[in-house]
Amino acid sequence: MSTGVSYNDQGGAEAAVEAGQESTPTSSSTGAAFGLFSADFKKNEDLKEMLESNKESLKLEAMKRIVGLIAKGKSASELFPAVVKNVASKNIELKKLVYVYLVRYAEKQQDLALLSISTFQRALKDPNQFIRASALRVLSSIRVPIIVPIMMLAIKEAAADLSPYVRKTSAHAIQKLYSLDPDQKEQLIEVIEKLLKDKSTLVAGSVVMAFEEVCPDRIDLIHKNYRKLCNLLVDVEEWGQVVIISMLTRYARTQFTSPWTEGAEFDENKAFYDSDSEEKKDQTEAKPYIMDPDHRLLLRNTKPLLQSRNTAVVMAVAQLYWHLAPKHEVSIVTKSLVRLLRSHREVQYIVLQNIATMSIQRKGMFEPFIKSFYVRSTDATHIKTLKLEILTNLANEANISTILREFQTYVKSQDKAFAAATIQAIGRCATNISEVTDTCLNGLVLLLSNRDETVVAESIVVIKKLLQTQPTQHGDIIKHMAKLFDSVTVPMARASILWLMGEYCEKVPKIAPDVLRKMAKTFTAEEDIVKLQTVNLAAKLYLTNSKQTKLLTQYILNLGKYDQNYDIRDRTRFIRQLIVPNEKSGALSKYARRILLAPKPAPVLESAFKDRDRYQLGTLSHSLNLKATGYQELPDWPAVAPDHSVRNVEIVEPLRESAPIVGKTKQPKSDDKFYSDDEDEKEEEESDSSGSGSEDSSSSEESGSESEEESSEDSEKTSSDSGKSSSGSEKSSSESESDQKKKKKTKKAPQKKSKPAGDSDSDENGNGPVGQASSSSSESSSDSESDSESDSGSDSPAPKKKTEEKAKPKVAVNSKKEVSLLDLDDFSPAPTNAPKPSVLSQSLLSDLEGLSLSNITSTVQYSRAAYEMVK
Amino acid sequence: MIHSLFLINHLGDIFLEKHWKSVISRSVCDYFFEAREKAVDPENVPPVLQTPHHYLISIYRGKLFFLSVIQTEVPPLFVIEFLHRVADTFQDYFGGCSESVISDNVVIVYELLEEMLDNGFPLATESNVLKEMIRPPNILRSVVNTLTGTTVSAEIQGVIEACVKLSGMPDLTMSFMNPRLLDDVSFHPCVRFRRWESERILSFIPPDGNFTLMTYHISSQNLVAIPVYVKQSISFFEAGSCGRLDITIGPKQTMGKTVEDLKVTVHMPKAVLNANLTASQGNYTYDFTTKLLVWDIGKLNPQKLPNLRGSLSMQTGVPNPEENPSLNIDLKIQQLAISGLKVSRLDMYGETYKPFKGVKYVTKAGKFQVRT
Repeated sequence: MSTGVSYNDQGGAEAAVEAGQESTPTSSSTGAAFGLFSADFKKNEDLKEMLESNKESLKLEAMKRIVGLIAKGKSASELFPAVVKNVASKNIELKKLVYVYLVRYAEKQQDLALLSISTFQRALKDPNQFIRASALRVLSSIRVPIIVPIMMLAIKEAAADLSPYVRKTSAHAIQKLYSLDPDQKEQLIEVIEKLLKDKSTLVAGSVVMAFEEVCPDRIDLIHKNYRKLCNLLVDVEEWGQVVIISMLTRYARTQFTSPWTEGAEFDENKAFYDSDSEEKKDQTEAKPYIMDPDHRLLLRNTKPLLQSRNTAVVMAVAQLYWHLAPKHEVSIVTKSLVRLLRSHREVQYIVLQNIATMSIQRKGMFEPFIKSFYVRSTDATHIKTLKLEILTNLANEANISTILREFQTYVKSQDKAFAAATIQAIGRCATNISEVTDTCLNGLVLLLSNRDETVVAESIVVIKKLLQTQPTQHGDIIKHMAKLFDSVTVPMARASILWLMGEYCEKVPKIAPDVLRKMAKTFTAEEDIVKLQTVNLAAKLYLTNSKQTKLLTQYILNLGKYDQNYDIRDRTRFIRQLIVPNEKSGALSKYARRILLAPKPAPVLESAFKDRDRYQLGTLSHSLNLKATGYQELPDWPAVAPDHSVRNVEIVEPLRESAPIVGKTKQPKSDDKFYSDDEDEKEEEESDSSGSGSEDSSSSEESGSESEEESSEDSEKTSSDSGKSSSGSEKSSSESESDQKKKKKTKKAPQKKSKPAGDSDSDENGNGPVGQASSSSSESSSDSESDSESDSGSDSPAPKKKTEEKAKPKVAVNSKKEVSLLDLDDFSPAPTNAPKPSVLSQSLLSDLEGLSLSNITSTVQYSRAAYEMVK
Repeated sequence: MIHSLFLINHLGDIFLEKHWKSVISRSVCDYFFEAREKAVDPENVPPVLQTPHHYLISIYRGKLFFLSVIQTEVPPLFVIEFLHRVADTFQDYFGGCSESVISDNVVIVYELLEEMLDNGFPLATESNVLKEMIRPPNILRSVVNTLTGTTVSAEIQGVIEACVKLSGMPDLTMSFMNPRLLDDVSFHPCVRFRRWESERILSFIPPDGNFTLMTYHISSQNLVAIPVYVKQSISFFEAGSCGRLDITIGPKQTMGKTVEDLKVTVHMPKAVLNANLTASQGNYTYDFTTKLLVWDIGKLNPQKLPNLRGSLSMQTGVPNPEENPSLNIDLKIQQLAISGLKVSRLDMYGETYKPFKGVKYVTKAGKFQVRT
């Protein structure tokens, strides 16, 4: 085989390269026609013979050589008829290579490609899942429009296949079909909708990818799958994780309210920014904002992925936190991002770009890791520049001396472009931190005697900017620069010196005219930018010191008048009218002095990454700082969260029926089961009676029945209390009791639902079922956890919280058909309580929006706790 | 996602191309060649480039460019990570990643690429999935610590590389004597995050063969013991256009272990024409085109410290370099993890046979740079 390849590549490769260079780059995706070369042509003749022989080995050899041709980018399309005959070959190896060929050339030989279709159709029915999958892969990769209906049919069938691998393949095929024929969109969306419901981790990433490509705006398809996706995330393959996380970031931005400035905006803001500057350690105090539990779920479930070995996953989570997490939580991503800096050069490049953007807004995040951004002499130039950018962003009063010491080393670097960038950075530090302005200025002045031209020039430019911001004692420095003037040749630096002379000519009254004299001599040989500044200097001197410089100025203006560059001619004409009074010049010349010598605002030295945050972090657009094709704008938070209940998954009717089957309890019992847990937990805590994992469907009948009553009272009670449209409590229970209950309920109600979730979670982790016995203890632990979390998240005044949380279980009761998706699998026996759907009025329901989901929060806590128990 | 892949050698020849969607003319690479030209050093080519209709994302590995063509928005790290995974796979399969190796195995390469991406989206990237091989039971794992240090900053970064050859579905747990040392970790996907979070135990069902189980970072609060010290003096004289160089290396805190594979690399300033040195141990080479001085010492003998001294001849008429070159030092210490991390035990559940277990510790210098 290798002989074939090497034989082939003589001259062919060079020819190919030449051809590639000659043709102008275009987007058109036509394969380069390299088949015209006679050598290839002859060669392909014997390949054809080999393919038509009866020997498998010869055929295989021929196919290998053909693949070699394809890899080289040379045409083998005239072999199509000979190759396609082998598509039905029994030899797997041969078949694979034929597939490779078909995918490459079918587009060009559409009619002949049709010959192979029936083979694939047959293979789609094969009992072996891998054969089915590979048939679908190839079939969908053949870009022949005529087979669109066949592809559509195959995709639909595969989407219902028993094998998750085949379903995954069908998700990939969706995108291929869509790019071949966008008219199929509607039908394809149906398939996507179906596959989104799939519970296999294998499928999730691929179908979300298809979703992103075909219908990224159909956010409504995600609602019902949101929680499932969040929970599956850890177990999805790495590449899928990246896609899902970025999709969920967008989703969350449309569905939840901002965790940043909600509530008491002013105080809140202040707290945030204060905390930033103070290492952001202090907890933000009480804020009325309460995070949607689904929002929290996403943050919580993505966090472990910061430990992924895949840098793209880590970056995806980091950007998710950046865009979605409360400000004080974002810093957990820092360490992981810094870890990525030890990866490949290209990874560093992207990560540093993102850190540069982040470090502008939030210095505190990266300040402790400042040493990670020290430059090594072996770093590539673009890496060095990015590190410099970040170091500059991170500079503050405390660390500036260390940073400046680093910069001193960098200035000496042999990489002169980098040294120049360092000088710019010193300038930025000097303007941003007033304490060190003088130190920096002195340092830069020392650099003026550097041997290297670029270093000197850059220093002059930066000094010029600094002097403007610090209009004291520049006399000496300006004199020093005037001395250098003869030796400096970089135009920008010369222009800067001239500008300084003019601007502060009154401070150096003797030197400035002399510099002008020198310039008059060399004016014609200077660069345009230097000429402009010479004219400028002349004008300013004329106004302040006309006795000495009148003639010089006139001479320079005359030179400028006949300059080749129209800008200079224009400027000269303008200046002459402005400064030399004559009858035509009118009112303006009276103000010439005020115009030319007006105090000028100092330039602001800013980061180049200042406005990059308009792009979502981690995206190609962010990296290029321009909007890439297909970039999806990250929406701003909605002012009011859309209906949260869309994410609740409906319980299918059969489920309710299943309750009696599993639990031998009577129908009513199973209803109330739903509440009984609350009761039990309550009891556990308060009185030590009963208690113990009553979640189990086989919980003690007594406690169950008891709690049943109570809970139903309780719930109704709650509803009547919180709902303004009270339907009148059906049973009046003693006030005090219900009050107490309410209180407890705030904590506990959510958990009961979460229980099954815990189970399913651990199952996914391959840890086997969680013992029910563990539940009680884990509950208590999750209790405390949930407390602390809600505290830290939102320390709202107690009463308010209570009512809100109280309401949560409530909603669950009333919109009784809704249960978190996780429940479906594991919880079928329990909790539909049929009887009370009508209790709640519509208005109450809407009041309670955003609250019912809190059970999810506890779900996760629960599962974690449970998990520990298992071990 | 990823539309096409081109492999380009250091001469700028495209020697392999693969398209996952419709074919894109290789002339698109011209934009890359332009940037390559401008960058001078291949390391300096920006990884992300823009052309009128496409985006080019490239990595540079083993003197080869892996250049992918993208048409729409995609996280750049996604592509970069994937390209490195491709290079890793080649390395794994062929023991190298050079042009000749790839050209010799072009059919396998093509089949691999076909398997790794479907329609531009990664399909199978795990080495064991790609290989689908089963091996007899025996297990060996090594803790490799990489040490990075200068007087300016020092940190320890390590990896645990595993070689697992166990049949069936063994469920392994591995614990450390001192997990607190670990400041930051990242895992192979087989490791269960939650278990680590709660108990600091690595629990996993390993894939077959070699893989990186975990990489970690030791917090810089813990003092990093740099195992060697360096005494150097490099000076250039204004008159006579020559310079002197004197470097001595001695052991420090090696805990009784020998330092091996000691190597010093110096990027000399452009003006240095030649070096006339004597090494008390090992050999040195000076490549006057790349200005690279390499001193290969080998084992460090604490009784007789290796020394390299002599004169440097400089180009006349060129001003002396203002910055002394920095020294890069490579070293390796067997049977010692400088981080102090120790594997406590490894247990297997889920299978009945008794596995063979072993652990090997190695310390290597990472980017050990001495500023002079």
